Amino acid sequence: MSNIPSDLRYTKSHEWVRREQNGTVAIGISDHAQSALGDLVFVEVPDVGRAVSAGEACAVVESVKAASDVYSPVSGKVIAGNAALAAQPELLNQDPYGAGWLFRVQTNSPADEAGLMSAADYANYLADSAK
Amino acid sequence: MAFIPHTPDDVAGMLEVIGVQSIDALFDEIPRELRAGVLDLPPAMCEMEVGRLLAERAASDGRPLNFIGAGAYEHHIPAPVWAITTRGEFYSAYTPYQAEASQGTLQLIYEYQSMICALTGMEVSNASMYDGASALAEACLMAVRANRAASSRRILLARTVNPTYAQVAKSIAGQQGIVFETVDFDRSKGRTLLESLQPYAGQDINALVVQQPNFFGNLEEADQLTEWAHQHKILLIAVVNPIAMALLSPPGQWGSAVGGNLGADIVCGEGQALGVPLAAGGPYFGFMATRMQFVRQMPGRIVGRTVDAEGRPGFSLTLQAREQHIRRSKATSNICTNQGLMVTAATIYMSLLGGEGLSRVAAACLQRTADLVARLCAIAGVKPAFTAARFHEAVLLLDRPVAPVLAALARRGIFGGLDLTDRYPEIGHALLVCATETKLDADIDAYAAALRDVMQSSRAAA
Repeated sequence: MSNIPSDLRYTKSHEWVRREQNGTVAIGISDHAQSALGDLVFVEVPDVGRAVSAGEACAVVESVKAASDVYSPVSGKVIAGNAALAAQPELLNQDPYGAGWLFRVQTNSPADEAGLMSAADYANYLADSAK
Repeated sequence: MAFIPHTPDDVAGMLEVIGVQSIDALFDEIPRELRAGVLDLPPAMCEMEVGRLLAERAASDGRPLNFIGAGAYEHHIPAPVWAITTRGEFYSAYTPYQAEASQGTLQLIYEYQSMICALTGMEVSNASMYDGASALAEACLMAVRANRAASSRRILLARTVNPTYAQVAKSIAGQQGIVFETVDFDRSKGRTLLESLQPYAGQDINALVVQQPNFFGNLEEADQLTEWAHQHKILLIAVVNPIAMALLSPPGQWGSAVGGNLGADIVCGEGQALGVPLAAGGPYFGFMATRMQFVRQMPGRIVGRTVDAEGRPGFSLTLQAREQHIRRSKATSNICTNQGLMVTAATIYMSLLGGEGLSRVAAACLQRTADLVARLCAIAGVKPAFTAARFHEAVLLLDRPVAPVLAALARRGIFGGLDLTDRYPEIGHALLVCATETKLDADIDAYAAALRDVMQSSRAAA
């Protein structure tokens, strides 16, 4: 059973969103997603300053067997990318909700987050998908 | 297990499943008028008849003395190159689908990549491309992906780049919204005019394409061009002749190290000169190399060296997550193969010659062309078009239209060069000539004597 922290919100494409103290949001991919991808060998995060819209592909995670786009769950401006992943993509496998975060966004549309799944909904979604 | 697909039973079974009466019915949606209809072909011939026909056709070529270069070059190919290349173990033009089962093929490609890196001074090479022109098109597409400082899809293309390459790049990359701007050349020196870049300073440009030696055979000011590009956050794409690399400064060393940006960013070119015979329509092969920083944006296959579970060295296809079979529609490019057999020949050619042998070939080409230009320009009505230093080609200016002169030379068994009048009307009656190491003193004498004769007799006629 994969780890699904209760304080985060989730997408059907397996991104997570954490609301930070300063009003920005951090974005990564779920424990389920990293497990399904396998050992990551390359992670590309968006450039700081890039404007993203909800649903737009803006990061790439590449494992030995697959490469996937990561979609921004929210609209806004990228204010940070996790530079540590360039040298250590395995951080994303080891700690998908912590050191393996991908990028942070200053949102301009709070409604985007309201449409995301809670941890319980995401757990049900995974259980349904597995059927 | 039977390996014969599509037996009549198989076909009938499949048609039944999809509910269609005949195979022809599958093509119903193609309008009648667009179909090929009946092909008007002569009756089939037996092997002996075909052999005779082709031998007659081949004999009609004669044995001309060739002084045409312009992108495809006549070099001596040592006999072992194709004797080894056509061994059964190598004689497959395709990267095997179960690539890692063919360690010998992968090792050869790995060695090839290492040699291309050594020749160009770059960090990483792919397993080859289809030809030089399409390699340039792919380099342009790659530059647009790789240059994050630019948001436009504009590329500066020196007018001294092979016009056929420019045309292919525009055909392929132009369809993807890339706009090409032409950079003019110095009329007296025959190389890219640095001042003609100035209007683009500060503009949003993705890449600058230069060719070394350029299409005229002249040497570009590669250091200055590279520095200018990097000063303006523009990637430098170098189109190079691999034989010339044995004498010239490699693109990886162009420019200055200011800002850690020493050298060209993408290097590509035609590999035919490395052991592949001249043939109309090829097959030839393209090569491409880049900085490690851009490796994920590079098209094509890449072979890597690794170790197996027991620590033994081996070779595998690597960075495949860029490719179509994994990335699907978002793949780095739609190139998912290489030009395997030609690369095999090139790798064996380079192995046999080594660095010293390649340098001697290049030095001989340089000398032969210098000899040729000196001999031809001693003829009344012939002079060099440009003053820049050159490698193994030169543009000559005639005092009369080029085409009739070339036709008269051809009747004497000499292919005297390429008429540039249509491609570069601004130069005048311009003739591009080339002499590689295959041209002996007697050949150059023969060309000079024939040209003198043609020039005198056509003047007499005029």
